[in-house]
Amino acid sequence: MTSQGSEEQTRLGIVVSGSLTRGVEVKLDALVSVEDMAVGRYVAIDGAKHRFFGMITDVSLETIDPSVTITPPDISDPFVAQVVTGTTIYGKLRVLPMLTIGGDAASILEGPQPAKTVPTHFSGVKLASQRDVEIVFGAEDEKRFYVGTPLDMETKVCLDIPEFVKRSNGVFGKSGTGKTFLTRLLLVGMLQKNAAVSLVFDMHSEYGWEGKTEKGYKVKGLKQLFPSKVAIFTLDEESSKRRKVSTDVVVRIGYDEIEPEDIELLRQTLNLTEASAQTVYQLAREFGDRKWLETVLNMNEDDGKQLISRLNIHDSTYRNLRRGLENLRRFSFLVPRARENSVQRILEYLDRGINVILEFGRFDDFAAYILVANLLSRRIHAKYRENAEREMGGEVAPSRPLVITIEEAHRFLNPEFSSQTIFGRIAREMRKYNVTLLVIDQRPSGIDSEIMSQLGTKITCLLDDERDLDSVLTGTSGKSELKSVLSKLETKQQALIFGHAVPMPVVIKTREYGTAESYKELGFLEAAELKKRTEKDMEDLWA
Amino acid sequence: MDIKEVKNQKSKPKDGFANKVGEVIEASSAEFTAQCYQLDQAPPLGSLVKTQDKSGEIYGVVYNAETHSFEPGRRVVARGENMKAETEIFEANPQLSRLLTTDFKVLVVGHVQGESWHHYLPPKSASIHSFVYTCQLEDVGAFTQSLDFLSIIVNARILVPVDEVIGACLRFASQAHHDSNAFLVKAGKELACMLSNDVQRLNSLLKRLK
Repeated sequence: MTSQGSEEQTRLGIVVSGSLTRGVEVKLDALVSVEDMAVGRYVAIDGAKHRFFGMITDVSLETIDPSVTITPPDISDPFVAQVVTGTTIYGKLRVLPMLTIGGDAASILEGPQPAKTVPTHFSGVKLASQRDVEIVFGAEDEKRFYVGTPLDMETKVCLDIPEFVKRSNGVFGKSGTGKTFLTRLLLVGMLQKNAAVSLVFDMHSEYGWEGKTEKGYKVKGLKQLFPSKVAIFTLDEESSKRRKVSTDVVVRIGYDEIEPEDIELLRQTLNLTEASAQTVYQLAREFGDRKWLETVLNMNEDDGKQLISRLNIHDSTYRNLRRGLENLRRFSFLVPRARENSVQRILEYLDRGINVILEFGRFDDFAAYILVANLLSRRIHAKYRENAEREMGGEVAPSRPLVITIEEAHRFLNPEFSSQTIFGRIAREMRKYNVTLLVIDQRPSGIDSEIMSQLGTKITCLLDDERDLDSVLTGTSGKSELKSVLSKLETKQQALIFGHAVPMPVVIKTREYGTAESYKELGFLEAAELKKRTEKDMEDLWA
Repeated sequence: MDIKEVKNQKSKPKDGFANKVGEVIEASSAEFTAQCYQLDQAPPLGSLVKTQDKSGEIYGVVYNAETHSFEPGRRVVARGENMKAETEIFEANPQLSRLLTTDFKVLVVGHVQGESWHHYLPPKSASIHSFVYTCQLEDVGAFTQSLDFLSIIVNARILVPVDEVIGACLRFASQAHHDSNAFLVKAGKELACMLSNDVQRLNSLLKRLK
C-alpha cells in the first residue's frame, strides 16, 4: 500500500506527443508543479510493451487556448487556481527517451537497450525510482565505481571503470566548476578498481599529495589515501620539500632526450618562427639526435657563425632559435646528461601497478608542461607499443592498461598540433596499445574535432560558451536537448556524463570528496587503523 | 467489481415518497414540466428531482419555475394595496390558490434502468402525470459521483441563462458530498475541459461555484 502511495506521488503526467529525435512531450498532472521539475532529471515511462528511461530536457508552460493568456483566470482565488491548474493551464515536459527495457524475461536479462522508438500515446510518466536508476547504472561492485548521485536522488550512479579506461576520455568544464575534484575522483576509481594504472602530469601539483578547495580547505591527494599504490615524481624537488611532500623520484631530463619534434611543439611558447623550428631538424641531422641541443647551447659566437654559413641558415633565424632555446636553460630539470633514465623509472613503477603522479612544482608554465608531458609520453607510449607488438607475437603478457592524464589538453590537441603530439596519436589509436588518455580542459572548442569525436566518455561540468558546448556534444544523439541540460548545470559539484562507459547520459551531483567520511568510503585508513590492520596481518601470517 | 460498476450501481432501494412535490404535465425527451401541488413550492433552481414509471426513474435538474394563472387569458392583478401583509391577500381571496399554479421545468440529465445509473437521456420521455419528487441528499451524492451529465446542461438551449443553472446545480450537489470543495474543484475541472475554447465563460462560471 505504501509503495503504491509513493508510486502515485512520483507520477508526473502522460505522454501526449513527440518523436524519438526531438523527445516526447509530457503533459504534467494538475498536482505536479513545473517548479518542482528540473532539466537533467530522470523519468521512467511505462509504455504498452516497454519501459522507457529518459531525461527531462525542457520544461514549458502551456495553455489550452491562446485566449487564456489574454484574459487570464483569477489565480489569486485558490478555488479558481485549483480548477484551472492542469486543465486550462498546465505544465509540459520534454523528455528524451534513451533506454528501454522489454517486458519479457529475455529482455530483462539483456538489460537496458538504447531506445529505438517512443512510448505509446498517453503512457504514464513517473520520476525514475531508485531501483530504476540501479537497473540502468548497476550497483557499486568490483568493476563499478560510484561517482555521484542523480539530481535529487540518493541512488548511486556508477561508472564501469574497465569500460571507461578502454577509450580515451575527457573531463571538461569552465574554470572553477570542479574538474580537478572530478578527476581526482576518477583517478581514485581507476586505482580502486585496479582497472588501469595512471600517469598524471600534474601541472599545479594538486593530485599527488594534497590539493585545495576554492574555500582554501586542504584535501588529501592520492598519495595520502593510497600510499602504497601511488608514487610522486617531481620536476622541482625544492617546491616539493617546501610543501613537505615526500617524493619518490626526482625527474631529470637530459638534453640528449629532447628531439626536434619537441621543439616544434614548443614553437609558440618559445616564440620561434616557422623557419627556426625547421632549422632544428637540420641541426639534428648535423649533430645527431642526441647531441644537437647540447652542442647548440654550448656554441660560442664564432662557432655559431661558422655553423650558419656551413648549413646556409639565415642569421635572424639562427638568432631566433638561439633565443628560444636559451629559454630552456631556466628549466633546472633539464640537464646536459641525466644520471638516470626517468622514462625507465616511470615504466618500472607503472609495471608494478603503481600510479605515477608527476608534479611540476614551480615549472607550471605551458612550455615545461608541454615539453615534459609530450617527451615522456612519447617514450612511454613507444614502450607500450613495443610490448603490444610482442604480445601479438605471443612473447609477453599484455601490459596493464595505462591512462595518461593531461591538463590544458587544448594546448596539445588543438588542430594545429594534434597530428604532431603523441597525445593526438594516442587519442586516435585508442586502446590498441593499451594506452588511453584522460584529457582535462576548460576550452574543449580548442581541441581538434577529430580527437573530440574519438573520446569515449565525456564528463562535463558547466560550460556556457556556445562553441565549447557544440564541441563537447559533437556526434551525440539528442545534442540540442543535452545542450540545454549542460548549460543549466550548477557551477559546483554537478556534471553531465555521457558516452561509452554509461548506458545513457546522466547529470550527477558529484560524490563528496574532502571530508573524513568521504576518505573512509574511498578506502582510506587512518594511521591507527592502518597499524591495527598491519598487526593483524602479521599475526595471521605468523599464526 | 470495478469502480465504474460500483459508481453506476444504484446503491439503495428507492426511498419513501415523502418528498413528492408535483406531477408531470408536459414531457419531451430532453425535459419535462411539472406542476406543483402547492403554490410557490417549486424545488430550488438547480436541484435534482426525479420521476418514475414502469421503465425506471428519470432524473432531472430544475431549471425554471413559474407561477401563473390557470387560464391563459386571465391575468393576475395586484390586490394588496390596503393590506398590511401579503398573507392577508390570500386570506381575503381564498379562491386565489385555486386559480393560480406554480410550474417548474426540469432538464432531463440521466436515468436509472434496472440497478444502474446512466448520465444520459432515457429512451423514453417522462410519463404524463407521473409524480415528481425532490431527491434525498444520498441520491444526489450518488448521482453526482459522475459529472458526465454536465455536458447536457452546458449544451442545453433553454430560456434561462444556462450558466446560472449549472452554478446552482453544482452548489446544490456539493452539499451532498463530504468534501464539498473537492467536489466543486472536480466539477470545475470538468467544465474547464468542456469550455476550453471559451475562457471568459469559464471564468464567470467559476465565480458562480462558490
